Amino acid sequence: MAIILNHVSHIYEEGTSMEAAALKDVSLAIPDGQFIGLIGHTGSGKSTLVQHLNGLMKPTSGNIFYNGADIHEEGYNKKELRSKVGLVFQYPEHQLFEIDVFSDVCFGPKNMGLDEKEVQLRAYAALKQVGLEDDYFYQSPFDLSGGQKRRVAIAGVLAMKPEVLILDEPTAGLDPKGRDEILDRIAALRKETGITVILVSHSMDDVAKYVDRIVVMNQGGVMYDDEPKKVFRYYKELEAVGLAAPQVTYIMHALKEKGYPVNTDAITIEEAKDEILKALGMKS
Amino acid sequence: MLRDITLGQYYQTESVIHKLDPRVKLVATIVFIITLFLINNFIGYIIAAVFLACMVKLSKVPFRFMVKGMKSIVFLLMIAVVFNLFLTPGEPLFSFWRLTVTKEGLKLAVMMAIRLVFLIIGSSLMTLTTTPNNLTDGMEKLLSPLKRLHVPVHEVSMMMSIALRFIPILLEETDKIMKAQIARGADFESGNLIKKAKSLVPLLVPLFISAFRRANDLAMAMEARCYRGGEHRTKMKPLIYQKRDRAAYGVLFAYAAVCIYFGRIFTI
Repeated sequence: MAIILNHVSHIYEEGTSMEAAALKDVSLAIPDGQFIGLIGHTGSGKSTLVQHLNGLMKPTSGNIFYNGADIHEEGYNKKELRSKVGLVFQYPEHQLFEIDVFSDVCFGPKNMGLDEKEVQLRAYAALKQVGLEDDYFYQSPFDLSGGQKRRVAIAGVLAMKPEVLILDEPTAGLDPKGRDEILDRIAALRKETGITVILVSHSMDDVAKYVDRIVVMNQGGVMYDDEPKKVFRYYKELEAVGLAAPQVTYIMHALKEKGYPVNTDAITIEEAKDEILKALGMKS
Repeated sequence: MLRDITLGQYYQTESVIHKLDPRVKLVATIVFIITLFLINNFIGYIIAAVFLACMVKLSKVPFRFMVKGMKSIVFLLMIAVVFNLFLTPGEPLFSFWRLTVTKEGLKLAVMMAIRLVFLIIGSSLMTLTTTPNNLTDGMEKLLSPLKRLHVPVHEVSMMMSIALRFIPILLEETDKIMKAQIARGADFESGNLIKKAKSLVPLLVPLFISAFRRANDLAMAMEARCYRGGEHRTKMKPLIYQKRDRAAYGVLFAYAAVCIYFGRIFTI
């Protein structure tokens, strides 16, 4: 068991008129190697939750354990924790600061106190993992396109070789092509290295194709926590809290209502295609 | 992390003070500060303290919010107190080494400390109960006679309101970038001065870039809505004095008269 959250709550501005509970009694277990989609609409507490996982925020009550150790215990090495639990923030390109792409990616591993050679090897490997061509390595990060900047920023976290990779809305503000590229890269990376990935998003369509498990957050609490297809069965409830199931789910339900014998658990377009062809009595 | 700066931060609640016209609050703050510096005995300070305490109570802003703003002036306060304490000539009270504390010095130091603390609480009270927009509206209106002298009152107040408006945004941004860099192993706390200054680069570069980007976006958005300065610009909610504002002026000048009378002219 890698990360365990035990009754974690977080209250902002406790004791003022602005008091707001961002997390309410959240308990989760995140085993090694799982690919998790953390879904919730704006303000549901998902960003707050992920900032607890690497110790950036301290819960007002409850405990967080990483590999069996309480991360807020006195003397716990938070710096090491942050290199193991890599967090990529929303709009990570806003954190770029170095004169060239390569040095920016070196920032993380350098802070870990590794020797120069190792730092550079890791930076190179990370930039390759996100699929950035060598031509860009010595350009200013500010001259790159939005999607490239984001990949550089993700590489900056990957270069620390985290065991858990958390991405907070990695596709926000990207065009469909950029979005698919980033998500495919992440999925491929996970297949290669077997790291735990937590993907924060408000779009079910984004995560449905990739993840093993979906955690739905609503008003600071966990609403559903299950396999994607089981979560999507609650598509009406999801709608009530401002979320939506993937478009495919709606099509399958509509077809079922019309009397076609399809399985409504299909999530991806491929699965849906197979189901529809089967229902029509054809082989795919 | 960076949430303990009160100046320019509005505290949302319903109170009489919040509802007052910003001009009243501006004038009141200025009058209050003037009285603080005119008073030269302790009766005056007691009156000022009572007045301030009543206003704080009326504003319904928790007192600790005002104390928060005080942290930033602790250093200034110390300097003022120490210098006044040791460097005022007069009747010596006691001395050690080469420093002599005089009766006059002690009195001056205590007064200076009270003045500064009251000044900060008084002006925090204004910023805590008035939204930045309201505040600059009030300022613009109060200073509008200066327009005749070709002082760009509107432009200056617009700049101020934008600057004030951006303080919380930039603070939030700083917080976010700081967290992002900490997540990449940055260390903003340990090391000597030079190391600490160097460690700020990963914070300052993105912050400046984002500030410029925001400034650009804002300028574009203003132009898109045909903003072209103060000429002939009307307001959706023009400032008009209400009954309570006139009453507030009455209370204010009554306070000022009493305070100056007992604090300066009247002597036991």
